Amino acid sequence: MNSLLEVSGVSVSFDGFKAINNLSFAIRSAELRAIIGPNGAGKTTFMDIVTGKTKPDEGRIIWGDLSRSLLGMSEAKIAQAGIGRKFQKPTVFEDQTVEENLVMALKSKRSPFAALFYKRSPGDMRRVEELAGEINLADQLYRKAGELSHGQKQWLEIGMLLAQDPQLLLVDEPAAGMTPAEREHTTALLVEAAKTCAVVVVEHDMEFVRRLNCRVTVLHEGSVLAEGSLDHITANQEVIDVYLGR
Amino acid sequence: MQKSFVMRNPSTLVFLGALAMFTILVTVLAEGSGAGLISTSFVKTLGKTLCLALIAVAMDLVWGYTGILSLGHFAFFGLGGYMIGMWLMYERTRGIVEASLAEAKIPPTAQEVTDAIGNQIFGVVGSSEFPIIWSVADSLALQLALVVLVPGALAAAFGWLAFRSRVTGVYLSILTQAMTLALALYLFQNDSGLRGNNGLSGLQNLPGLDHVAQSTVSIWFFWASAFALALGYLFAAWMVSGKFGSVIRGIRDNEARVRFLGYPVETYKLFLFTVTAMIAGIAGALYYPQAGIINPAEVAPIASIYLAVWVAIGGRGRLYGAVIGAAFVSLVSSWFTGGQVPDVNLGFYTVKWVDWWLIVLGLSFVAVTLFAPKGIGGLFDLWSEHRSPNRHGADLGPSAGSLQEKEAVE
Repeated sequence: MNSLLEVSGVSVSFDGFKAINNLSFAIRSAELRAIIGPNGAGKTTFMDIVTGKTKPDEGRIIWGDLSRSLLGMSEAKIAQAGIGRKFQKPTVFEDQTVEENLVMALKSKRSPFAALFYKRSPGDMRRVEELAGEINLADQLYRKAGELSHGQKQWLEIGMLLAQDPQLLLVDEPAAGMTPAEREHTTALLVEAAKTCAVVVVEHDMEFVRRLNCRVTVLHEGSVLAEGSLDHITANQEVIDVYLGR
Repeated sequence: MQKSFVMRNPSTLVFLGALAMFTILVTVLAEGSGAGLISTSFVKTLGKTLCLALIAVAMDLVWGYTGILSLGHFAFFGLGGYMIGMWLMYERTRGIVEASLAEAKIPPTAQEVTDAIGNQIFGVVGSSEFPIIWSVADSLALQLALVVLVPGALAAAFGWLAFRSRVTGVYLSILTQAMTLALALYLFQNDSGLRGNNGLSGLQNLPGLDHVAQSTVSIWFFWASAFALALGYLFAAWMVSGKFGSVIRGIRDNEARVRFLGYPVETYKLFLFTVTAMIAGIAGALYYPQAGIINPAEVAPIASIYLAVWVAIGGRGRLYGAVIGAAFVSLVSSWFTGGQVPDVNLGFYTVKWVDWWLIVLGLSFVAVTLFAPKGIGGLFDLWSEHRSPNRHGADLGPSAGSLQEKEAVE
C-alpha cells in the first residue's frame, strides 16, 4: 500500500449514537476522491476525525511517507503536517482584506514570534497574486472578504487552502450555493489542485460529482457502503436503495 | 511593496502628536513647572488617567482584537502597584528609622535597623517580621523587574490552565473574575504579608527626595505616565499591524478556522494574555505612586469590569478608542463622584450625582452596546468616511438558517 492517508477501523460514538462505525478509507497522493452519502452518514464527522477536531474511540489513522499516527495530534499540528480543510459554510476572515486572508494562510512558521516579526517578502507576495489569479480574485485583493459574494468567499477559502501548500485537501460541499458558471470554475480548481495533492470532496450534488470525474466513496451509517467509479456506484442496488433512490 | 509602519497606521502618528501636545500643555500650565493654572492634585489625576489609558490599551488588545473578554486585568494592575509600593515603603521607612536611630548613643546594627523597619511597616497588622516576599524590597532594580514578572507569571499560569482546557467566552470571563476576587481576598488577610486591608501607603513620597516638592514629583510622574502610554501604544499598534494582528483578529472572529490554518491558537492567546498583563503591571506601577495608597479593594472584581466598560464605550478594536474611553469615562466619573456636580432638585426628590452616577454609567454602557457598538471611536469613521460592510443579519450560507454574519467590527 502506497497511500498518503490510511484510516482503518475507526469508530466514534456520541452519546451512544455510532456516528462512525468501523470505517476504513485510504487515499493516494495526487488523487481526487468524492465522498457522497445521505445526511447523517458521517461525512463531516469523518473530516473532523482526520483533522483532529474529534477524537475517535478506536482505530488508526496513518499519515504520509513517515507513516505517522495523527491520533493525539492537535488540530494546528495536523494542519501544519499538510492537511487543509474547507468548511461547509464559507469561513473566511470577513473583517480582513482578501490579501490579508491569503497572507495569513501562506505556508510559513506558525509561532507567535514568527508572526510578530513576519515581513512580506516579494516571493510571498508573488505567490499571493498568483493564487488570487487562480481563484478569480486578482482585482479584489484589497477588498474586505466580508464584501465578497458567496461564491467568491468559497473560492477565497479554497485559495487559502492552496496557500497552505497542503498534501491533502478536505473540501466540504464546495459548490453549495454557486451559480453554474461558478461551479464550473470550482471544478476546474479542484481538478487542478488534485494534480499535486490529494483532494477529498464531500458533495451532495451528483451532477458536480460527475464533472469531477473521479473515484467515489459512498458512506452510509458511518461506514463505507461502496467504492468505485460513478457509473459503478450508480448501478449498485444497495446505493440506490439508501441514497440515490430517495 | 510594503509601506512603512507609519504610512500604514496614520492614526498612531496623530495619537502620539496629540499626546505630546497634551503633555506639553499640562506642563506649561501646571503648578510645579509653569503658570500654576493646574493644581498638583489635578496633575496627579491626569497622570493617573494616562495610566488607566495604558491598561485600557492592553485590554483592547486582549478583548477588542483577540476577543478574550478578560475581567481580571486589574489584578495585574494592582500587582504592579504592590511591587513598586513595597520598595517605596521599605526605603522610605528605612530613611525615617535611620534618622531616628541616629540620635541613639550606640550606633544601631544592621539587624536593629531591619527590625525597626519591620516594626514600623507591619506593626499595623500585629507583626514585625519581614515575610519572604519582601526579601528584595530594598532593591529598586529587582522590584522594578517584579513589576512585570509577577503579573506576567500569574497571567501565564492562569492562562496556561484556562486556554489549554479551551475555556472560552463567558466561562473564561467568569474565571478571570474569580481570579481577581481570589487575589483580593488573599490580600485582605493580615498574614498575606502585604499589610492586609491597610495596604501600602505613603507611596507619593519618594525615598531620599523629601526636599523635592510634590508639585514637581507630580510632573515627573505625569511625564513618565505619558511616556509609558506612548511606548505602550506604539508597541500595541505594531503588534496589531502585521500578520500577528491578522491572526489574533482571526482568533476573535473564527477560532476554529485559525486552528485549521495551522496556527496554535492557545499559544497565541497565552502570549497575548501574558504580555498584556505585563503592560497592566507597568501601568499600575506608575498609577499607585500618584494615588499614594494601594489596598486590596483596588483589585476587587468591579475594577476590571469598569475597565471593560471604558473600552466598550471608547470603542473596542481600535487602540485610540480604548484611550478615549478610559480617559473620558474615568475623568467624568471622578467629576461626578467628587461631589462637584450640583444636585438636581426635582421638588419631590433630589438627584445626588454621587449616588446616581453608577446608574448613569450603566445606562450609557447599555446604550453604547445597543446603539453604537463602535463606541466613541466610531465617530472618527463618520469623519474619515470609513465604513464596514453592512450585511448585518444576512445569510452567509446557501440555505436559510445557515450561519449568520457576525457584526462586522472595524
